[in-house]
Amino acid sequence: MLELKDICFNVRQDSKEKEILKNINLKIDERFVAITGPNGGGKSTLAKIIAGIEKPTSGKIILDGEDITDLSITDRANKGVSFAFQQPVRFKGLTVKDLITLASGKKITIAEACSYLSEVGLCAKDYINREVNASLSGGELKRIEIAMIIARGTKLSLFDEPEAGIDLWSFNNLIRVFESLHEKIKGSIIIISHQERILNIADKIIVLSGGEVTAVGTKDEVMPKLIESSEACSTLLDKLA
Amino acid sequence: MDAIQKSMLEKIADLHEVPEGAYNIRSNGALAGRNTTANIDIVTKQDKPGIDIIIKPGTKNESVHIPVILSESGLNDCVYNDFYIGEGADVVIVAGCGIHNCGTDTSEHDGIHTFFIGKNAKVKYIEKHYGEGDGTGEKILNPTTIVHIDEGGYMEMETTQIKGVDSTIRDTQADLKDGASLVIKEKIMTHGNQTAETNFVVNLDGVDSSANVISRSVAKDSSKQVFNSKICGNNKCYGHTECDAILMDNGHVNAVPSLEANDLDASLIHEAAIGKIAGEQLIKLMTLGLTEHEAEEQIINGFMK
Repeated sequence: MLELKDICFNVRQDSKEKEILKNINLKIDERFVAITGPNGGGKSTLAKIIAGIEKPTSGKIILDGEDITDLSITDRANKGVSFAFQQPVRFKGLTVKDLITLASGKKITIAEACSYLSEVGLCAKDYINREVNASLSGGELKRIEIAMIIARGTKLSLFDEPEAGIDLWSFNNLIRVFESLHEKIKGSIIIISHQERILNIADKIIVLSGGEVTAVGTKDEVMPKLIESSEACSTLLDKLA
Repeated sequence: MDAIQKSMLEKIADLHEVPEGAYNIRSNGALAGRNTTANIDIVTKQDKPGIDIIIKPGTKNESVHIPVILSESGLNDCVYNDFYIGEGADVVIVAGCGIHNCGTDTSEHDGIHTFFIGKNAKVKYIEKHYGEGDGTGEKILNPTTIVHIDEGGYMEMETTQIKGVDSTIRDTQADLKDGASLVIKEKIMTHGNQTAETNFVVNLDGVDSSANVISRSVAKDSSKQVFNSKICGNNKCYGHTECDAILMDNGHVNAVPSLEANDLDASLIHEAAIGKIAGEQLIKLMTLGLTEHEAEEQIINGFMK
């Protein structure tokens, strides 16, 4: 279980303190947890704080009863936190197989590496020896990023907008990927997403807006509010027009 | 050959025993072994140190190994090797030099290699440079490569200097006739106080000749590198030069790509990028469980692969 206790995150901007996250308190124990909310609401920052890429200004992060607030990115990774970036990183010289091997943390056969790629809908033989450089498209990189998380198979997997750049045809496959990943890890999968179809499979939805948790609950509890607020927005826009 | 020489041979030519096919092994300035084949002859020069390697027209799928090893401290070895590649031949040439210097004197090897590549011939030339030994004596390698490619000929040149060479000046000059093409892939890693200078001058003289010069380098510690690359388009041709360098510690890299178009139909491109390892690359690998140091190693290894 992941617990966030009173997480605050401030940055200095134009010599003023800006609050990006304000007293976030969450318990995450469910299979699928979706974090949604408007752009700039603090979703990606929260994910980076869980993965250890950013340090919170105050507050505690507890993973399975252990305080991991002061642990490095590496230590958290080894304790079972995986993080798929919103914008995957390119590497000159490292191949898809190199990255999948590093992700799995052990020597793997070509066949094993290929099976991870097939899960994300990439024809393995075309990709396995490709360099993860600018010759790959955004969607291809995104799938490789997801394949790395599958190869890691840790108990807590975080995905930052995994659907961005993935075509509609693969959308159902993406949901299948999450389901089979859960079969394997039996832990929690946290997905930052704006997609209704992903919110639909979530056991819990967290709405993060203006750095605060504005709603938490099942989709039946949270979805009507989300739709209401977007309707409110459109009504306002109508008035302005 | 003793254990040191054998280990050096493995480093520079991936050889465990004597190679298959034609070879010439030079050790501490003297001949240590030679083999010729029906198609490939190796002849010692009479007027100066060095050899002529003569490959008959039409020779296919054969290789020549010409490694050089220096394990005596203070030796200054200079050789002139000329390669005559007959029309339509398709061969692999593996050269390389390893210096093991345990002494206090400077060891130096300067190889001047000239290639005469015949019409429609194809050559893959692999050259590895390596230095080791815990003495204070410097290890210096100054190779010069001159390439003349006749009509329709092709050469791919892979040069690697990964470790242990204190100072190097690498000069490469090439001229290409109609339809000839040249690919150069250079990899250099310097550390400590090493210096490395690379100078490429490629003349695209023929119609539809082409050249692709790619350099990848890593400058660690206080080492310094200079990369000069000049492609002259003297006809309807295509030329591309690319320098990609990673800086670490107090490394210093000066990249000077230059293009000279002397024909309206010359199409020439240069690219150069220098910088430290991107922070996001380190972070990505750390989220996979690697330490920062391990992540750095993986990124450098991949880059230099």
